[in-house]
Amino acid sequence: MSTITLEDIIKPENLVYKKTPLMTDKVLSYCPGCGHGTAHRITMEVIEELGLEENTIGIAPVGCSVLAYEFMDVDMVQAAHGRAPALATGIKRLWPNKTVFTYQGDGDLAAIGTAETIHACNRGEKIVIIFVNNGIYGMTGGQMAPTTLPGMKSSTSPYGRDVERMGNPLKITELVAQLPGTYFVSRQAVHTPAAVRKAKRAIKKAFENQRDNKPGLSFIEIVSNCNSGWKMTPNDANKWMEENMFPFYPLGDIKVDGQLLK
Amino acid sequence: MGELRLMKGNEALAEAAIRAGADAYFGYPITPQSEVIEYLMAEKPWERTGMVVLQAESEVSAINMVYGAASTGKRVMTSSSSPGISLKQEGLSYIAGAELPCLYANVVRGGPGLGTIQPSQADYFQSTKGGGHGDYRQIVLAPASVQEMADFVKLGFELAFKYRIAVLILSDGVIGQMMEKVELFDPIPRLSDEEVAANNPWATTGKKHGTQRRIITSLDLDSSKMEQHNLHLQEKYRKIQENEVRYELIDCDDAEYIFVAYGSSARIAQKSVQLARAKGIKAGLFRLITLFPFPGKEMEALCKKGVKGWLAVEMSAGQMVEDVKLSVRGCAKVEHFGRFGGIVHSPEEVLKALEEKIIGE
Ligand SMILES: Cc1ncc(C[n+]2csc(CCOP(=O)(O)OP(=O)(O)O)c2C)c(N)n1
Ligand code: SF4
Ligand SMILES: [Mg+2]
Repeated sequence: MSTITLEDIIKPENLVYKKTPLMTDKVLSYCPGCGHGTAHRITMEVIEELGLEENTIGIAPVGCSVLAYEFMDVDMVQAAHGRAPALATGIKRLWPNKTVFTYQGDGDLAAIGTAETIHACNRGEKIVIIFVNNGIYGMTGGQMAPTTLPGMKSSTSPYGRDVERMGNPLKITELVAQLPGTYFVSRQAVHTPAAVRKAKRAIKKAFENQRDNKPGLSFIEIVSNCNSGWKMTPNDANKWMEENMFPFYPLGDIKVDGQLLK
Repeated sequence: MGELRLMKGNEALAEAAIRAGADAYFGYPITPQSEVIEYLMAEKPWERTGMVVLQAESEVSAINMVYGAASTGKRVMTSSSSPGISLKQEGLSYIAGAELPCLYANVVRGGPGLGTIQPSQADYFQSTKGGGHGDYRQIVLAPASVQEMADFVKLGFELAFKYRIAVLILSDGVIGQMMEKVELFDPIPRLSDEEVAANNPWATTGKKHGTQRRIITSLDLDSSKMEQHNLHLQEKYRKIQENEVRYELIDCDDAEYIFVAYGSSARIAQKSVQLARAKGIKAGLFRLITLFPFPGKEMEALCKKGVKGWLAVEMSAGQMVEDVKLSVRGCAKVEHFGRFGGIVHSPEEVLKALEEKIIGE
């Protein structure tokens, strides 16, 4: 019986997965089990697969992904909290043939940056927005976000979000889907291999829309866990997300080719 | 000779932007500077030169569009008036930290708060001492005529790119709104994308294979690196202080008393010099053109030639006067005079203040 050696296995034809060169070798600053790393990776894989990297400019937000520019190996600009869509507008208007995307958290995009988000969407800027909704302010230590669920605990809603006192969570993705300037709006997740594959397909469509100069903005929400902020293990956090976040923030396409699905 | 036109200061600024080869203007309406974006929208420079003009949803958004657009290495600008300029301060601080070139204008109105739509010079502290958070400076040019509203656009872009810094044209409601003859400089073509990329290797143009990516950021979590970055910025400001001081001396050769002023106050004080001379008072005018860098050394040198007193004339409760005092360092008496809250002082009031506050004592 012949034995199979390592050399027999490590051959180009057996390669089923490789790290995209568009992710740097820098160790990710994210907590183990956090969705940000996966969302970064599939975004960069799409840019690589579409061959867009030499003409892409990304915009990092303020939030846990503030250091996205350390991990994404394309030209990057770091924005002030919430202002990424305004920066993207400025860049895209001056480089209309280049690919421009923002990567933002829920506090960044749906609280302090609400005006910039809505107006960039409504103007139909030909950019991609990747929006990671973890229902909390991860970076600053787990405060309530505009997306925190009713009853959900955070460091500024320690007894649970009381909507009478603290207001309602904002479904900004449904809101921007209503605007004539959005061309593609989809909500995805990255907590299982199947979810990652779907999310990557949606991100790919978003970047294809921009490449093909489709009329409007492509907006991808990724519902993700913040296990540190939620004070759960990564597994418990994903389970809690499926049971609580997905019913409130249902996954799937909301608007495709400029047409609302629901 | 360039083309002659009768224009408002705000219109001259807008026309100069097109002629200076600006690539983009992002703005939000506010009195007394709305003519800037109105002129641009009517002129359609996207047809003339390819320049982008966009009305943003707020001044916050406009300055962040400038931040993004400036990161491409192109010539970008915005303008506003006092309340809108306050909203831009966060973005300006990021632009200072990330060292991006850009131009902006403040056509100052009276404050605080919503204040008044009438002219003022009460934003001197905000303009020259930083404005937003952090240790930073910006070059501040103070036009005293419609001509300078146009000329300083060209100069401002040159300085912005020379030092990778924000340049502020600090105007006021008088200069923005008044009409004067202006000789427009000949149009400079916008740079091609290739020229922009070649001139500004730091700019985000897309990372070519085998090259380092460009990162535009003001963040460094490593404090020792952040201190180094701050030292680098301070060195840049020192160079600017050394090389870019601009001012004008009017009747200062034999002057015993000198008015210090900028912008519309300088126009008024120039008349006060004539009134004073007619009465036999040897008065002169030190007109500031750059507020940062401040011509402090030059002021001190002049003072030591035998100036008996200085009157800082500004439409504020007394802001620039502090820099005059710091500059002449006790060499002669320094007082302040100015109307404010939207009131413009008269040449007679200014002369009276000189007689009462400086000469009389
Ligand atoms: C103007 C401003 N206000 C507040 C902050 C502090 N801050 C930093 S990150 C953050 C919240 C980020 O939350 P989110 O966008 O949801 O990102 P996450 O960390 O959850 O991915 C806040 C409030 C800041 N940096 N700037
Ligand atoms: S704090 Fe939350 S969002 Fe931030 S890295 Fe950790 S798990 Fe992710
Ligand atoms: Mg968040």
